[in-house]
Amino acid sequence: MSDTPTSGGGHAHTPDPALDTASGIAAAVRAGDRSAEEVFRAHHERVLAHTEADVDLNVFNTLTADEGLAAARALDARIAAGDDPGRLAGVPIALKDNLCTRGVETTCSSKILQGWVPPYDATVVERLEGAGAIVMGKTNLDEFAMGSSTENSAFGPTRNPHDPERVPGGSSGGSAAAVAAGYVPLSLGSDTGGSIRQPAALCGVVGVKPSYGSVSRYGLIAFASSLDQIGPFTHTVADAALSLSVIGGHDPADSTSIRSAFPPVLQHLEDGIEGLRVGVIGELSGDSALEGFEPEVLARTTAAADALAGAGAKVETVSVPSTVAGLSAYYMIAPAEASSNLARYDGVRYGHREDGVNTRAMMAASRTAGFGEEVKRRIMLGTYALSAGYWDAFYGRAQRVRTVMIREFDEVYANFDLLLSPTSPCVAFPLGEKSDPMTMYLNDVCTIPSNLTGQPAISVPFGTDDGGLPIGVQILAPYGGEVDLFRAARALEDLAP
Amino acid sequence: MSAPVSTVVTGDATSLGYDPSTVGRSDHAEDGQVLPGDWEIVVGLEVHAELATETKMFSPARNHFGGEPNTHVHPVCLGLPGTLPVVNGKAVELSAKIGLALNCTVQRCIFARKNYFYPDMPKDYQISQYEEPLNVDGFLSLPSGSTVRIERAHMEEDTGKSTHMGESGRIHDAGYSLVDYNRAGVPLIEIVSHPDLRGPEQAKEYVEELRAILVAIGASDGKMEEGSLRVDANVSIRPAGSDELRTRCEVKNVNSLRSLGRAIAHEAKRHLALYEAGERPMQETRHWDEEGGKTHPGRSKEEAEDYRYFPDPDLVPIEPSPEWIEELRASLPVLPQQRRAALVAAGADAKAADLALDRGLDGLALAAVDAGADAERVFTHVANNLAVDGAESLDAGHFADLVKLESDGSLSATQAKQVLAEMVSSGKAPADIAADLGFEAMDTSELATMLDAIIADHPDEWQRFCEGEGKLQGVFVGQMMKATKGQADGKVVNQLLMERKNSA
Repeated sequence: MSDTPTSGGGHAHTPDPALDTASGIAAAVRAGDRSAEEVFRAHHERVLAHTEADVDLNVFNTLTADEGLAAARALDARIAAGDDPGRLAGVPIALKDNLCTRGVETTCSSKILQGWVPPYDATVVERLEGAGAIVMGKTNLDEFAMGSSTENSAFGPTRNPHDPERVPGGSSGGSAAAVAAGYVPLSLGSDTGGSIRQPAALCGVVGVKPSYGSVSRYGLIAFASSLDQIGPFTHTVADAALSLSVIGGHDPADSTSIRSAFPPVLQHLEDGIEGLRVGVIGELSGDSALEGFEPEVLARTTAAADALAGAGAKVETVSVPSTVAGLSAYYMIAPAEASSNLARYDGVRYGHREDGVNTRAMMAASRTAGFGEEVKRRIMLGTYALSAGYWDAFYGRAQRVRTVMIREFDEVYANFDLLLSPTSPCVAFPLGEKSDPMTMYLNDVCTIPSNLTGQPAISVPFGTDDGGLPIGVQILAPYGGEVDLFRAARALEDLAP
Repeated sequence: MSAPVSTVVTGDATSLGYDPSTVGRSDHAEDGQVLPGDWEIVVGLEVHAELATETKMFSPARNHFGGEPNTHVHPVCLGLPGTLPVVNGKAVELSAKIGLALNCTVQRCIFARKNYFYPDMPKDYQISQYEEPLNVDGFLSLPSGSTVRIERAHMEEDTGKSTHMGESGRIHDAGYSLVDYNRAGVPLIEIVSHPDLRGPEQAKEYVEELRAILVAIGASDGKMEEGSLRVDANVSIRPAGSDELRTRCEVKNVNSLRSLGRAIAHEAKRHLALYEAGERPMQETRHWDEEGGKTHPGRSKEEAEDYRYFPDPDLVPIEPSPEWIEELRASLPVLPQQRRAALVAAGADAKAADLALDRGLDGLALAAVDAGADAERVFTHVANNLAVDGAESLDAGHFADLVKLESDGSLSATQAKQVLAEMVSSGKAPADIAADLGFEAMDTSELATMLDAIIADHPDEWQRFCEGEGKLQGVFVGQMMKATKGQADGKVVNQLLMERKNSA
């Protein structure tokens, strides 16, 4: 076990580029330097080592070590037979437990789906496995991806590898922690309001929410369909680009999927940032930042902006006022869609069922017992927002705010190629600290705009606070602007302390 | 679901495509007799038709009636977590064709979710269209002359079927329920009329005409008994001549045209009784009870659903191009209304035209008439002798030839009927069949010789016939038929008989 504690009692893994990156592993396995089985066993042993040392970060809902080992052996046999094993040959991966996996329980960390085994694979799972990746397990999340700390899980909270007394962020906390702890070099999460980028920041890894429609949602259990996007967690920007090149591009099973291939991010990764115009979002940075931003977070963002300027980018501060209104719009639109998306969990066909005197009573009892508090809160909020008489004031108005926001970002992007902000207003916070839902919701202020606009954003680790807790910086790009986004992220990665 | 609408019609016939004075007109005497003369019935219909596609509306599962429960299913139409809908292009095409046949504007449209909990609906919401449906603002001209305006015709998905295992077969006191999702996700079009119908008979006429259009387009099999065509009736009544729209009740569970008529009449009378008692009907959904011959309330008001419609974020708008719409318009078959008009123009009366349409023999009949066959004989055969399987594949040229043989006296009516039956089963030409059957046309002079012999054998009868005892004509014709074993053409015999009488 190669753990290098980075803070008191930490269990974060310091990656070795050859052994711990997806590209490094795939290159070695493809070249026959390492077997897929050997790689998989090594990573599985890290999981076991933690468990044996009584370090339970509660990352996995389900470990698929046996199936993974069998898949690794099958891959090795294919390589021996001269087959092309794929671009992610032998790369162990973890999947957020809201991604459907044929034959493997998929729960959304909810009691209501406990025991449900999908008869099909999500498109991203098919594509990853088709490229030779090997699934280590399904990771914990805030129930149905509703939350920012992974504390809203029916199976207990996931702990931050950098400090097990702190949250990993959420909702994809399990997937972020899986990479940070060195269990896998690549995991997938879903991002509806920051659920990839915020935990990436809090766990000190790279996390990407690509443009809406650039990665198929088929097989992603919906939270809010117009906002949900799947994306990767990795140690490096290059790995994130590689994984998106594999999972991205058109899928006929998702009507909202883009009609083209994923932008050529790998080809332009090393193009540098000279001449790129970067706007630092005023509302989220420096002295003009809203209340509630930790000074060290603001300082790291300023440092990142300075570093980019030093590397040749044209950096300026720019105001994007609708950023703030986005939060309110988000907390209308996302629950509204969720209230409809989560209606199907009624106890009739699958999942948790309680007895009732009639069908309606059975449905109500099953939902009452099966859903956790936060999920119920959002279903009620969303139901209310869509109700006759309130529709226009809530859902309708939120959609209009969204339209205004998209226009405002378009205007800003007329003068800038990219935008910059912190990923999260704060570093990883102690478990149980943010018990008030409103405090927790405010934590998403930096990440929500990209979901409402459908635009891509990435969180790149950029140093730590005094206590050694990771801080992430977010780069945002216009719709489909992944090439510039990755160029800048790759440059920032090299500039990070 | 239909928005309140005004019955006031503005505009002129040329811009509307129909004569406004034909809207809301009552054409059926029976309809006027359901209520006392100072009241009139106001009906708007919502017709759901299952579209005849290979696969379901948003899922690759097969669209097929029946089958073992839960065998025509797929993760998508079962609404399994993580699945996403993809629109069936064929369903959109058929829906747009229906819209064009109903004179609708086919427009950019979006899908919406209609949210309510029900066990036979896998997602607990139905994907339908609410704002911005595919087809709007059309009309249907009824054979009897009136016009029914179409508010909209939108696409949606069907639900599954619940079987409630309990004494009443109703969900309230079921011990348990079984659900079959074979039908879940089957493509539907919902055709919503304005409240332009004035009674049970007109409502039935509308549904029959609509059904004929759906079948003609190949969009639906239109089978009410299998549930592929379902009708909900919004019924209200008002003082005759008034323009007001009073509180309506939506009557569901109407499974045949006959039930539709009965349900509307019953519901109208129920409203009348309420008004006469100084009460008012409540706006509600009511179920037709076929055995009891009455409607009873469905969901109570407290349980009234708020469907919380919102645009389905899993689907993108459909934007029909003008070129595509014109392509579809050009591909439409000749519709029943036009076919009926063509039949009448060719010499059919209304009844014969309907029979020809019902039997799908209008094309055959028209082709035969075109080929020079006598129209009256053609429609007589269609009405009386062609209600058989295979008639629709009869060769029109052969059919015309048969009628000509009959007209020129080569075949008697009895012989022609026999030959026609053989034509349907063998596909052979009528002359060949007649020859095979020995139906040689008898030479007129040969017949004249035979007739003279018979006259000579019956001098008394001949005397009385010539003196005006007309009924004796039958005796001579009968003798001729007997002598020729039925092969003589009755017309020729009669003609000869008259010639002999006139020269006697």
